[in-house]
Amino acid sequence: MSMNNQGRPTGVGTSGFASTSGSALLPNEPLLFEIGDTEHSGVDLPDAIITNDRLGGFERKSPLDLAGLTEPEAMRHYVRLSRLNHSIDSGMYPLGSCTMKHNPRLNEKMARLPGFSDIHPLQPVSTVQGALELMNELSHWLMTLTNTAAVALTPKAGAHGELLGMMAIKAAQDAAGQSHRTVVLVPESAHGTNPATAAFLGYTVKPIPARADGTVDVQAVKDALSPEVAAIMLTNPNTCGLFEPQVIEIAKAIHDAGAFFYCDGANFNAIMGVVRPGDLGIDAMHINLHKTFSTPHGGGGPGAGPVVLSEALAPFAPVPFVRKGSDGLELVEHEEGTALGRITAFQGQMGMYVRALTYMLSHGGDGLAQAAQDAVLNANYIKARLAHAFSVPFGDYPTMHEALFDDTFLAGTGVTTLDFAKALIDEGFHPMTMYFPLVVHGAMLIEPTESESKQTLDRFCEVMEELAADAKAGNKERFTSAPLKAPRRRLDETRAARSPILKWERPADLPQAAE
Amino acid sequence: MRYLPHSEAERAEMLGVIGAANVDALFSAVPAKALKSFDLGLPAHSPEFLVEAHMKALAAKNHAGSDGPFFVGAGAYRHHVPATVDHLIQRSEWLTAYTPYQPEISQGTLQMLFEFQTQVAKLTGMDVANASLYDGSTGTAEAVLMARRLTRRNKVVLSGGLHPHYRDVVRAYLKDDADLDCLSASPEGQGDILDHIDENTAAIVVQTPDFYGHLRNIKAAADAAHAKGALLIVVITEVVSLGLLEAPGALGADIVVAEGQSIGNALNFGGPYLGLMATRKEFIRQMPGRLCGETVDAEGQRGFVLTLSTREQHIRREKATSNICTNSGLCALAFSIHMALLGEAGFTRLARLNHARACELADALAGVEGVEVLNKTFFNELTIRTAQPAADLVERLAKRGILAGVPVSRLEPSNPEVTNLIVLAATELTTDTDIAALCSALSEELA
Repeated sequence: MSMNNQGRPTGVGTSGFASTSGSALLPNEPLLFEIGDTEHSGVDLPDAIITNDRLGGFERKSPLDLAGLTEPEAMRHYVRLSRLNHSIDSGMYPLGSCTMKHNPRLNEKMARLPGFSDIHPLQPVSTVQGALELMNELSHWLMTLTNTAAVALTPKAGAHGELLGMMAIKAAQDAAGQSHRTVVLVPESAHGTNPATAAFLGYTVKPIPARADGTVDVQAVKDALSPEVAAIMLTNPNTCGLFEPQVIEIAKAIHDAGAFFYCDGANFNAIMGVVRPGDLGIDAMHINLHKTFSTPHGGGGPGAGPVVLSEALAPFAPVPFVRKGSDGLELVEHEEGTALGRITAFQGQMGMYVRALTYMLSHGGDGLAQAAQDAVLNANYIKARLAHAFSVPFGDYPTMHEALFDDTFLAGTGVTTLDFAKALIDEGFHPMTMYFPLVVHGAMLIEPTESESKQTLDRFCEVMEELAADAKAGNKERFTSAPLKAPRRRLDETRAARSPILKWERPADLPQAAE
Repeated sequence: MRYLPHSEAERAEMLGVIGAANVDALFSAVPAKALKSFDLGLPAHSPEFLVEAHMKALAAKNHAGSDGPFFVGAGAYRHHVPATVDHLIQRSEWLTAYTPYQPEISQGTLQMLFEFQTQVAKLTGMDVANASLYDGSTGTAEAVLMARRLTRRNKVVLSGGLHPHYRDVVRAYLKDDADLDCLSASPEGQGDILDHIDENTAAIVVQTPDFYGHLRNIKAAADAAHAKGALLIVVITEVVSLGLLEAPGALGADIVVAEGQSIGNALNFGGPYLGLMATRKEFIRQMPGRLCGETVDAEGQRGFVLTLSTREQHIRREKATSNICTNSGLCALAFSIHMALLGEAGFTRLARLNHARACELADALAGVEGVEVLNKTFFNELTIRTAQPAADLVERLAKRGILAGVPVSRLEPSNPEVTNLIVLAATELTTDTDIAALCSALSEELA
């Protein structure tokens, strides 16, 4: 083979960006289209000879114009880019509601066994019995930890799980002649996905206000109930980090009214192995494998959101699912009776099933409970250490897996929650979740997870205390100008939205390589 | 437990700072009857080597693609992924980062997404692409909903060449909708969708290469749809085909949805996969999913952020365009790295190689007694009619160690017309030896 080794221009980007080397370890990395060109490739492939093509005249005539990189160039481009990211492995990542726990590498190793990674979703079921066993085993763990009757593994993410759970509720009610139920109750503290999911399915969303202590009052639920209510979507532990103390009464009120209880399981990490949601009266709950069961967040997906179902909803699980057959395990791939059909091609996020089960087996039932307790211990430790310097919106009682503060402590300083978060970046921490939940002003939601050592928590708390003191002392500039030490200063999001630039355009002075 | 940092002494010390007598006190909001009121009966924690042994035993019960001749496609394809790709995506900073909520310390992910969006827009010939969706099937359902929002019409027509799973997902997403017209399977590749478009049609959905491998006339579909004010949604399950086939954007497509698994991502028994979506720039505010855009920082340096998020659930709640809250970030990264390694030259060669292998497969199959090749056109996948029922035949071939493709009846069990059909795919990994083994086994089984 011959290699093209012509020099290439390193182009000027769409906003007049000139490639400079940046600082020693924080390069200003050009775009791949400014490094590569259409001639270069990092993959050696023979040029096939096709004598009698079957393309029917549909061949490509328009140029692809895709830049290629040789292997060393690609390696360097993606390594340099990666250094611009904060990650769990490089530092604490206390994003509330996201459960950024350690991602064990054994999970990755197992997911890459060819017996899992190199099997096709449509090869004969007789040739993938081990995969079905794994799905069965994972299902057993999920049902055992939640005390539920069934689990639908296929949802691709938490929000996809919500969609499925609410579809199952809708299917069950339609089957029971209850199609007049068109209202879904959603507490104000819910994730945005809850109302979006309900609306997606044509439901009218009726908000339930939070009590002064951040939890849902069973009386408020009862007051909102009517013959039109199909379900409540309740997050427990809720997004303020609190366990809903009246959850059993709420479930009973919902059931007495002929409605279903959908639980958003985003915060299951706080109670796994300690409390079983099925004992609380839930009918459906999605579990984010990428939160509770440590499958990697990957810069934003892929997630996985299996949904556990109560006895009442079990018949409405989607296909496919695994069942014991006469000849080993079988994969049920077609609608039977009242199942609601299929919500994704194939069998869902198998790669994540492998990782999650690996994690479960590593911890065992005892280790999972210990992890949940440590997660709760860590959040309470942060809350206790910082209560004197920050403002705690909800009472003086224990929190669950995350600590919530509001921005009252910043009153009169001119520093916002956003500014405060950006200053935390300069101290080497990923900021907490900001401005969520919406039920408190300028929310700061901190979820340390069980993965953080006491030493790290102490350091984090010291930094937080120091920042709070500095804000109160009037050093506003430190906050409004932050971050100063990140690869970029504060980015102009308004500009990005006003005139969107969503892809690289070839500058006029950088011609495409001759075809 | 090896993943938990605290010693018992540290736990006690922390409880002291909190002022709690024990850990149970932290769970005081939990109704007493629900707290640790059970014995899970689950195994206890386990050392790494025992977990590994358990998982390896499960994996050993599966026939991996590398274990023998392999022709299974139908929406997921076995391609070679360069070692560099899997090495890079396991780097801590890619693997263990999350959604770039704090752009100043997430420029790696954001710049990658911007590059990915550019690659997808170029591949499809469209103005803009999003930062990825779960997979091709859910992307198709989202595209259908998007087309309805854009046209304010309700009727949607799905071509008989659309992957049956994709059709089923659209059906589930539109459960109570009488306005969904699913045309019956068209293994012979006859195009009947153009007669189904009327003034109420929001969109028609056409897959190319279609489920049976036929290449569809996208230009004709676009013209017919546009003549009635409807949109054309083009679905592609084999993204490698774009290395050789004309971009849908150049042929008049309004929304393009593709499964991107073929580039950078393993088969993984069906997931995680990668949904690609691209559209015209005037439609971006109705496009679901994340978008990354270019901007500058306070010093005028180029940088990237997630943008136009007023379409999304965390801002708009019940008024959002979709409930989607994530993308397939790591799968998009794998795709983007693999695509950068290929570049235009490599991607074109890869596509040509796939087509060449499929031509060899088609010609060899045409010479087998009892086998009829249905396709006049294809990219790397085709349909055969066999003299015996396909499901059992495929099972017998599997017992011989040959994974011969997908019996269509597995996806269309209620359609008697497909009983004897098998869809087979060839890729760059398919060898002459594989093809010869398949043909001789078929000859023997059909004799």
